[in-house]
Amino acid sequence: MADTLPTLLLAEHDDASLNPVTARALTAALALGAPVHVLVAGENAQAAAQAAARLDGVAEVLLADGPAYAHRLAEPVAALGVALAPAYGALVAPSTAFGKSVMPRIAALIDVMQVSDVIAVIAPDTFDRPIYAGNALQRVRATDATKVLTIRTASFAAAGEGNAAPIRAVADAAPAGGASFLGEEIAASARPDLSAARIIVSGGRALGSAENFHAIVEPLADALGAAVGASRAAVDAGYAPNDWQVGQTGKVVAPDLYVALGISGAIQHLAGMKDSKVIVAINKDEDAPIFQVADYGLVGDLFEIVPALQAEIAKAKA
Amino acid sequence: MKILVPVKRVVDYNVKIRVKADGSGVELANIKMSMNPFDEIAVEEALRLKEAGKASEVIAVSIGPVKTDETIRTALAMGADRGIWVKTEEAGIEPLTVAKLLKAIIAAEGPSLVILGKQAIDDDCNQTGQMLAALLGWPQATFASKIVVGEGTVDVTREIDGGLQTLRLALPAVLTTDLRLNEPRYASLPNIMKAKKKPIEEKSAAELGVDVAPRLEILSTSEPSGRTGGIKLASAAELVAHLKTAGVL
Ligand SMILES: Cc1cc2nc3c(=O)[nH]c(=O)nc-3n(C[C@H](O)[C@H](O)[C@H](O)COP(=O)(O)OP(=O)(O)OC[C@H]3O[C@@H](n4cnc5c(N)ncnc54)[C@H](O)[C@@H]3O)c2cc1C
Repeated sequence: MADTLPTLLLAEHDDASLNPVTARALTAALALGAPVHVLVAGENAQAAAQAAARLDGVAEVLLADGPAYAHRLAEPVAALGVALAPAYGALVAPSTAFGKSVMPRIAALIDVMQVSDVIAVIAPDTFDRPIYAGNALQRVRATDATKVLTIRTASFAAAGEGNAAPIRAVADAAPAGGASFLGEEIAASARPDLSAARIIVSGGRALGSAENFHAIVEPLADALGAAVGASRAAVDAGYAPNDWQVGQTGKVVAPDLYVALGISGAIQHLAGMKDSKVIVAINKDEDAPIFQVADYGLVGDLFEIVPALQAEIAKAKA
Repeated sequence: MKILVPVKRVVDYNVKIRVKADGSGVELANIKMSMNPFDEIAVEEALRLKEAGKASEVIAVSIGPVKTDETIRTALAMGADRGIWVKTEEAGIEPLTVAKLLKAIIAAEGPSLVILGKQAIDDDCNQTGQMLAALLGWPQATFASKIVVGEGTVDVTREIDGGLQTLRLALPAVLTTDLRLNEPRYASLPNIMKAKKKPIEEKSAAELGVDVAPRLEILSTSEPSGRTGGIKLASAAELVAHLKTAGVL
């Protein structure tokens, strides 16, 4: 019977460590009610597999370790997912760039219509998901026997740690070529990861330059121990790197505190942050739409307010 | 080489949508519709490749009910050579079905490159390109911010979590566009006139041998629980005091 089959969760990791969004997606996977196996695919990914085995609720970790899975290209990882799929009732991944690239490939090859960006599990076959940049929510029932889901991780709390699930090696699937890795530019940062941060400070077009972004937004973030985000306008203008973009087409975040500096609050930006617990907006236009979602607003020039705010935070922490 | 660009007709990105009172969906009557912004970027990239002598023909395809041809016409006005319209009864054909229909069209047209938007801004699914690549057995590069076509290959820089990644794909391949790939052109008036004479071939799902029945049953559509604006404060000191009280500092 399909509903007794376990759930397979595709881990987000970089071989050396497990990305915290995996523990959040695990909470969604466990809500389906079946035992959860975590698939760690990579090269020299033993450490990530061990981290996955520590997550509470994981029944087993499957480790596919080898050169075929270096850099986790979509084609070989999807081939692996397809090979494993018959033993599972549901295949789940966090809605990361990796999960979004791999899961629809698997879904198509097993002839399943995927449910993207699940924000709530209502029943093992029924899910809520946002549409129109989160301006409407859809409740859908997936009629395919196997479910393929990507999870909006900001909507789920992280599973705890303290488990010691067994790790089992899985054999390579048939090779799936056509793509090769040429290189990557991944910015190393000491700041918390945007998708898991408790506090986020974001800057918009108002910053005016990369130098200002660096001199105004980043120090405030560091004073708060926050991750840094940006609007699309700030990224397009080159003030901030692409993976800092928050919004409908960037990262969707829900930190305890989101501070928007010189961001107007376009629907596409709000789609990425309006589920934050507390929102602060600093904007010189008192009618900026961002104030309609902000718990606390300061109307004025961010170039004056931010240094003052930093001084107050320093005082408060002293 | 031919490039195929699937384009979708969606509610214009500037429109604030409304959920129908009975929860049956989103109000679409008398609403401004446009080409999905990511698909405009896909059309633009295909046209640039043609203008650079890398492609011979750009074919725009769309799947949908009456008026979908307007969106194809927009692609033709931007500069695509011809259109294919898979006419359906309903809008909102699911990505898996769209991928199957596109596969059937690709079998007939033989393009070397298919460029799609990474997601449609109505259902926000982010699936069609990847599904199409899988069904064709072709390599894919999603979230492209730079595309360089070589001899029998394409190098694609992708926007991924943490930064950028560059892949080399053997052609034929499927690419999906991200926002920073290019800035789409506006169609000029003469080109809009010219586009009226460009051919749009009509096809049906039945003729392509694809069942369009949906796999997801939409039980309800609702308004998200809204946030109400909070309070405006006079100083940074007041803000810090409030944040301390709220327990987030
Ligand atoms: C398909 C599509 C997808 C998109 N996806 C995203 C997305 O994922 N994320 C995203 O953010 N956007 C996205 N956008 C873009 C979005 O529509 C907006 O254009 C963008 O969010 C605007 O960025 P901004 O608020 O920084 O700039 P603006 O709208 O220009 O706002 C700047 C704000 O700064 C204020 N300001 C100026 N100077 C000062 C000062 N000295 N002090 C204080 N305030 C000041 C102004 O009053 C204004 O409110 C998308 C758009 C499309 C079409």
